Amino acid sequence: MRLTGAQMVLACLEAENVEVIFGFPGGAVLTLYDEIYKKGFKHILARHEQGAAHAADGYARASGKPGVVIATSGPGATNIVTGIATAYMDSVPLIAITGQVATPLIGSDAFQEADITGITLPITKNNYLVKDINELPFILKEAFHVANTGRKGPVLIDLPKDLQAQEGEFYYPETVEISSYKPVYEGHAGQIAKAADAIKKARRPLLYAGGGVISSGAHEELLQLSKMMSIPATLTMNGLGGVPYDYEYFLGMPGMHGTYAANNAINESDLLIAVGVRFDDRVTGKLEDFAPRAEIIHIDIDPAEIGKNISVQIPIVGDCKLVLKELLRRLQPVEKTNAKKWCANVLEWKTSKPLHYSQEPGDYLKPQFVIEEFYRLTEGNAIVATDVGQHQMWAVQYYRSQKPRTLISSGGLGTMGFGLPAAIGAQVAFPEKQVICFAGDGSFQMNSQELATAVHYNIPVKIAIINNKYLGMVRQWQELFYGSRYAHTSLDGSPDFVKLAEAYGAKGLRVAKAEETAATIKKALEIPGPVVIDFQVDPEENVLPMVPPGTSIVEMIGGE
Amino acid sequence: MERILAILVKDRSGVLTRVSGLFSRRGYNIQNIAVGRTVEPGVSRMTVTVDADPLTVEQIVKQLNKLIDVLKVSDLTDEPAVERELILVKVKAEPGRRSEIQQMADTFRAKIIDLSPDSMIIELTGSEQKLQAFLTMMQEFGIKEIACTGKISLLRGSKVTCDMKI
Ligand SMILES: Cc1ncc(C[n+]2csc(CCOP(=O)(O)OP(=O)(O)O)c2C)c(N)n1
Ligand SMILES: [Mg+2]
Repeated sequence: MRLTGAQMVLACLEAENVEVIFGFPGGAVLTLYDEIYKKGFKHILARHEQGAAHAADGYARASGKPGVVIATSGPGATNIVTGIATAYMDSVPLIAITGQVATPLIGSDAFQEADITGITLPITKNNYLVKDINELPFILKEAFHVANTGRKGPVLIDLPKDLQAQEGEFYYPETVEISSYKPVYEGHAGQIAKAADAIKKARRPLLYAGGGVISSGAHEELLQLSKMMSIPATLTMNGLGGVPYDYEYFLGMPGMHGTYAANNAINESDLLIAVGVRFDDRVTGKLEDFAPRAEIIHIDIDPAEIGKNISVQIPIVGDCKLVLKELLRRLQPVEKTNAKKWCANVLEWKTSKPLHYSQEPGDYLKPQFVIEEFYRLTEGNAIVATDVGQHQMWAVQYYRSQKPRTLISSGGLGTMGFGLPAAIGAQVAFPEKQVICFAGDGSFQMNSQELATAVHYNIPVKIAIINNKYLGMVRQWQELFYGSRYAHTSLDGSPDFVKLAEAYGAKGLRVAKAEETAATIKKALEIPGPVVIDFQVDPEENVLPMVPPGTSIVEMIGGE
Repeated sequence: MERILAILVKDRSGVLTRVSGLFSRRGYNIQNIAVGRTVEPGVSRMTVTVDADPLTVEQIVKQLNKLIDVLKVSDLTDEPAVERELILVKVKAEPGRRSEIQQMADTFRAKIIDLSPDSMIIELTGSEQKLQAFLTMMQEFGIKEIACTGKISLLRGSKVTCDMKI
């Protein structure tokens, strides 16, 4: 079949069951957009390419399917760079298609030329500059394959303008064979046997699981392992939902803003079972003091994660779900008397030192209270997207994620402005679900233009701005570590968010008192379109507990 | 410690940037890099010398393996292998000193490949130490310029680093 480059792209998207594109047009993708128009392919026009990229990312995180973003050459392409880096750090499958100047002009500093494959080299799993139309179908196939297998991640295809119009022979390959790319899914049997033995012998075992569990869909196996062997579990932010938050043996998050129980359990454990995690510094604190008494089993699909930050005794390279399945097969539920005391201890830490705050009547509205009220009123059933900062930590601490793929947050890169577009993407994936975006007053202003997108397509996200009038997380560090010198963290001069929402045609609400919170949230949840609620919270509330950077995770401020 | 890696890569544009970029952004210092063809069409061989401890090298190898265009990475450091570098040296060669230089070159089994009224170019292949020793000797005459290929390496015997059936 003869197709133009643009037609090939769409034929490929159809073959890959892509249901929606997030994008923004421009000179170098005109031909592609013409084809989108002719085909009537579902496309969400963002108001900034960064928004489109984060929306595609949010769509992917919520649905588990690759997100697709299209941008034009030059500034369009550079505008998606933050979105690509965000997806890369959190291993999210994303296909970015950029227009490029016409082939004969490449390298001449032509109008709107940017070397986007060069720029995105270190933040993509792979990228391609298409030079021959006949290679396009293979590149497209390979791109989807690479993005969505092994350790997932973003892949970029840079497609010159002339090739979009040029005809070539189209045949979409069914399979793809890349000799240099063969992710290992099945874990090594000998290593799994070793792990099973270690688990049987352990007296103080602990599960430490993360994003790999979510992306491989290993949540059921994880819970089963925990229950069967009475092993308490801690989950990193990207792993939240890996076991239900309300599960008895779930200890909360580890690390910088983790719980006393989780950090203490890591410190005391004699066997740490790390599943789909990467020992990030926000989790480990001072590496030398991390899990000092534990033997470590590390299960991960990316061999390069093994031993990267910490040396482990039992590495298992493979897909978390398959490895856990195999591990479960080798274990019998046993009355583990030796672990009983451990579990009792851990649960004692959990109940005696929970996360806490107080909301006194007449006092400032507390951000934690706002999140808890949302949890209560949505019965924990919402998909939550967040921006980055204090509100993000409160959101993950107090919106008790019970299911995988219901918490969407930029963990690795910590990208302010991620929340709203990601929430839009998630809502596009699940139009029937309640999607809440917990935004910071600072972060929100980084991509607030996407309100127009939400209004235009009637994407009914509910945006709760936790308005503390500060770049709160930075202010907190200034308070604690820089003698309360608040250098440029006041957000005085921010707009009236209610008016801003109304200007976009969304509904705007405001809450300044604890007593008004529930009624306003209820009202917002009943409105069929997008709503912004400006929660005017205590400006100087801190996220606690906190492990100061570079110290051991048991040295927590406010752990009591 | 100095390690020598043989990296087989798909001969695609940008592959050199991918590999060298990986080294720089993860903070590994390349001391030496040589790129050339292999017997397999479409496949190039890069020989990279880095100064790193074994754990770091293990991490480098794993990260390299993640690059889609990288076909195979082998650490040749602890294998029995021959290493060679080729160097071209342009030295000052006043007529009065030419025979002296010629003698020196003979001792090192170097070849004189170009001659002009006041300089000559000498070609020498060998190990790093040999090249270094030669350069030290040449300094006495005055080195005007050098060009060096960087180190390349092959396993001794019939064993191959990189099985071409990839
Ligand atoms: C794009 C970007 N720029 C800067 C930062 C550094 N940073 C981390 S948290 C934060 C403050 C965020 O303020 P806000 O959105 O109001 O959230 P709050 O902490 O007040 O809840 C900043 C500036 C970042 N994470 N991302
Ligand atoms: Mg703020």
